[in-house]
Amino acid sequence: MNSASFVDLLEENGYDFFTGVPCSYFAGVLQVLDRESRFAYIGAVREDSAIGVAAGAYLGGRQPVVFTQNSGLGVSINALASLNIIYRIPVLLIVSWRGQHAIDAPQHRIMGSITEGQLDLLKISSVVLDSTSVAQQLRDLTQTMLDTAQPVAILIPKGSFDS
Amino acid sequence: MTRAEGMARLAQALTSTSLVVACNGLISRQLFGCSDRPSNFYMLGSMGLASSIGLGLAMAQPDKEVIVLEGDGNLLMNLGVLASIAASGAANLRHVVFDNGAHESTGGQKTISDVAPLERIALAAGYPQAARVDAPEAIPAALQDLREAGGPTMLLVETEIGSRPAPERVAQPPSQLTRRFRKTVLGREP
Repeated sequence: MNSASFVDLLEENGYDFFTGVPCSYFAGVLQVLDRESRFAYIGAVREDSAIGVAAGAYLGGRQPVVFTQNSGLGVSINALASLNIIYRIPVLLIVSWRGQHAIDAPQHRIMGSITEGQLDLLKISSVVLDSTSVAQQLRDLTQTMLDTAQPVAILIPKGSFDS
Repeated sequence: MTRAEGMARLAQALTSTSLVVACNGLISRQLFGCSDRPSNFYMLGSMGLASSIGLGLAMAQPDKEVIVLEGDGNLLMNLGVLASIAASGAANLRHVVFDNGAHESTGGQKTISDVAPLERIALAAGYPQAARVDAPEAIPAALQDLREAGGPTMLLVETEIGSRPAPERVAQPPSQLTRRFRKTVLGREP
């Protein structure tokens, strides 16, 4: 789908704070965020640090998004468990799904095979981005996030965004 | 100085609108014991993320002073954040590191802060100013200097190891800490 339209959808759903670590799967989206200073995108040094920055932004009244590759989801497990979940600090995780079909570089195969499992273990609601229904997906996911004050995730398959 | 002495002196030097992020372990417990206020956010877990949380808070609330309180062990877990903070230019962020050279919360195991001076690492990362103090009475003036310096700044407070008896645990459950903190920041029921 069009990267700028995806950013529009994020804004329509109230997201107003953006941080994360890049992945080529959503490079187009980050380009849009970087281009406009009002997004004030913060490139973090590590994914769990991005989770912390987003948590601080929520404490300060914002509705944050964290971009991360699924490898970084692994890095962030403890932050999600011992910060977001127990403190009821919501965040939208936009997680690229390297190794989704076990036909990726070797370093992505294991993490790719357990990405959904990690989210399930943490009881984090998630969907796989479907460009034909993404507007509805983001509305529903955001509603769940706000109702539960918990993190939610949208998984991004290869080739989801233009660049 | 003991950390309790340093903490007490620092707590007195806060303004009524300062927002405080205190790291997990004895530092949160000590602050809770000496100066609990709704604008304190006490971490229980996610060790290493206090300064990341402080950075996000400082960006979201640029008109309020944000004070991060953490230990040398916490900061050493995530030194990369020093570069993030410096790059942000967050002028309202004061990064206070209580350095006792040890992981005291887990039994006093030695850290490596004796060979890696953290305030100098902060300066190298791009903090415009950083200071080291080793006496409680030096804390208020040092903090005031850093407030006037502009940009994110670091105050390293050298303390002895030893917090016996251990301070009491933070009483409120974590979700309540989030709620009361946001209520204070936003000035309304979140």
